[in-house]
Amino acid sequence: MKQIDAKELDFRTLNERLRQATDDIEILNCCGQRFIGAGLSDRKILIRGTPGNALGAYLNGASLTVGGNVQDAVGDTMNAGKITVHGNIGDAAGYAMRGGTILVKGNAGYRAGIHMKAYQDKVPQMVIGGRAGSFLGEYQAGGVIVVLGLGEKQSRIVGNFPCTGMHGGKMFLRAACEDIAFPQQVTARRATDEDLREIQNILLEFCAVFSYDIAAILDAPFTVITPDTSNPYRQMYVVN
Amino acid sequence: MNGIFIMPEFDVIRSDARCTVCRVCERQCANGVHAFLEEKGLMVSDETKCVNCQRCVSFCPTHALKIVENPNRLRENANWDRDTIREIYKQANSGGVLLSSMGNPKPLPVYWDKILINASQVTNPPIDPLREPMETRVFLGKKPEKVSRGADGALITTLPPQIELSMPVLFSAMSYGSISYNAHAALAEAAARLGILYNTGEGGLHEDFYPYGSNTIVQVASGRFGVHEKYLETGAAIEIKMGQGAKPGIGGHLPGPKIVGDVSRTRMIPEGTDAISPAPHHDIYSIEDLRQLVYSLKEATRYKKPVIVKVAAVHNIAAIASGVARSGADIIAIDGFRGGTGAAPTRIRDNVGIPIELALAAVDQRLRDEGIRGNVSLIVGGSVRSAADVVKALALGADACYVATAALLALGCHLCRTCQSGKCNWGIATQEPALVKRLNPAQGSERLVNLMNAWRHEIMELMGGMGINSVEALRGNRLMLRGVGLTQKELEILGISHAGE
Repeated sequence: MKQIDAKELDFRTLNERLRQATDDIEILNCCGQRFIGAGLSDRKILIRGTPGNALGAYLNGASLTVGGNVQDAVGDTMNAGKITVHGNIGDAAGYAMRGGTILVKGNAGYRAGIHMKAYQDKVPQMVIGGRAGSFLGEYQAGGVIVVLGLGEKQSRIVGNFPCTGMHGGKMFLRAACEDIAFPQQVTARRATDEDLREIQNILLEFCAVFSYDIAAILDAPFTVITPDTSNPYRQMYVVN
Repeated sequence: MNGIFIMPEFDVIRSDARCTVCRVCERQCANGVHAFLEEKGLMVSDETKCVNCQRCVSFCPTHALKIVENPNRLRENANWDRDTIREIYKQANSGGVLLSSMGNPKPLPVYWDKILINASQVTNPPIDPLREPMETRVFLGKKPEKVSRGADGALITTLPPQIELSMPVLFSAMSYGSISYNAHAALAEAAARLGILYNTGEGGLHEDFYPYGSNTIVQVASGRFGVHEKYLETGAAIEIKMGQGAKPGIGGHLPGPKIVGDVSRTRMIPEGTDAISPAPHHDIYSIEDLRQLVYSLKEATRYKKPVIVKVAAVHNIAAIASGVARSGADIIAIDGFRGGTGAAPTRIRDNVGIPIELALAAVDQRLRDEGIRGNVSLIVGGSVRSAADVVKALALGADACYVATAALLALGCHLCRTCQSGKCNWGIATQEPALVKRLNPAQGSERLVNLMNAWRHEIMELMGGMGINSVEALRGNRLMLRGVGLTQKELEILGISHAGE
């Protein structure tokens, strides 16, 4: 694995070096550089330090791992690949992602998984180990969002207004969610064993990466949320 | 009675003397207006379904048909006009938000028609474009602020990425889904033949049209439909859609029933699911955020393509454009309130936004005042109807014009304004295979090429008349314009004098 010292490099220079490299890369002293890995389709990149906004935007198959936290808009319009974050992530993570996986050990900010999609064999997955901020899964149109709330003392593991405008995909929250108000157009119910089998692989991967015990994670109630319709606005208009 | 009967807008007049009962009208009408009455051996019509698209009229071999306005009238009322009353009935019957198509049809001022163009007489000879070379080529993109030289004194000639157009016109964004495959095929082919660009709109790029990449603008909107690395890589330029003139401030959604087959594949979403474009980009709440999206796209495409930011013309457009010009965008596209649409809420389309003429003049002036006009090229759209409109736009400060409604008219659109029904009898705003095949892409592209070649000649003639031999010399040359019947304030905003001054 080749190393790039990002100290005092601007994002353009750093990203150009990443594109030119042919090996896997370890970035040292990353400090806020944006767009790392934008559109990359191969290679593994390990990031030491804190990358800036839009990490892995349009990611197309590459694998990015961050030792600590990342900022906003991680995985914007991601198509394929994997982003693994050992700390927390900022707002609007996985905006419109269509494929690939985002694994986060810590917490997510607002609007995680907004407008997440799915397409043919592509089913994007996002697992948040801690808690997620408000507007989780807003306009969700496909894919799977999982929030585990590990280590959370409070029962509310998501902020306000989750699933607003949701019209596709699935969300799993590792909580009873009795105190969470979901919008009218979704159904929230206790997940069955069959439901949980759908996320078993991704949970096993999450446990392997972040050293958790799957049995301990599954030893809690899960709520699964699905939209009632993929055409929420059908009745809204009259032709003029 | 549950609903109020809404009287038909149109009357179908059929001359029984001419009608041969060939039933062409019946076959041509997707709305089901015409039917054959077996027992009487006659054709009959159900006017309630007629949208006045003129398909049957055009195809009737004996010219037996006319569509006229329904003479049946409510009592005359200057305040409560017919449309207002009809709209109330529709809403009372359904509880629905009124949905319309194409540009704002209201009798609001068209400033193009109140601006006149100069010509040379005596002191400055006009130029004959048939004899003299005339340059209609334009390059869109950031222009350097100053001439710079390297250490050896040689000129530095590396420019930020530019797009080259043979004439100052581009086909503006219309998504695959809102218009048909054949309409896209015609636009792509015509753009390639003309040396201009067309725009995918926000519905992705069909795989068949990737070969037209160098004549394609790929759009990125809030729904990010069909946006992936290869898509971005294929386009000659990338357009971030922040707003649309026909519906500023609101998003869009293509209903599930239209997300079928190729449309679903191109948008990269499952069949039957609504394609929702949220009103805002939820990662853009400021110019700084916009800058982030601009640069993420530049990073993903290695700074090889200009990025266009498209905004609707709204009240503070000059300040907004000034911000956008500092966001790293290479081109700003401004869409006026008369811009077309495949579907927009009627109230938004008819009441929100401002005329492109005023927006353009205000933006060009503001960018000049701030010394950043060279940071960006300006494309304007929102009902540019003719070569004269193009010339006026250029003289007001535009680098090029976006044209969509005129292009659709060239493809056979009759402006019946019911695109939202998806039953376009002309094969344009529909996905029904039987209707789509009515538009022949080869003939369609031929008519688009004809139209644009004619405009190009007219642009050259208008320029030649002014003694100007290149678009570059016309751009922002407001001395070439005069207003008629405009107030002092309107002239001030347009930055032009009144005729006679």
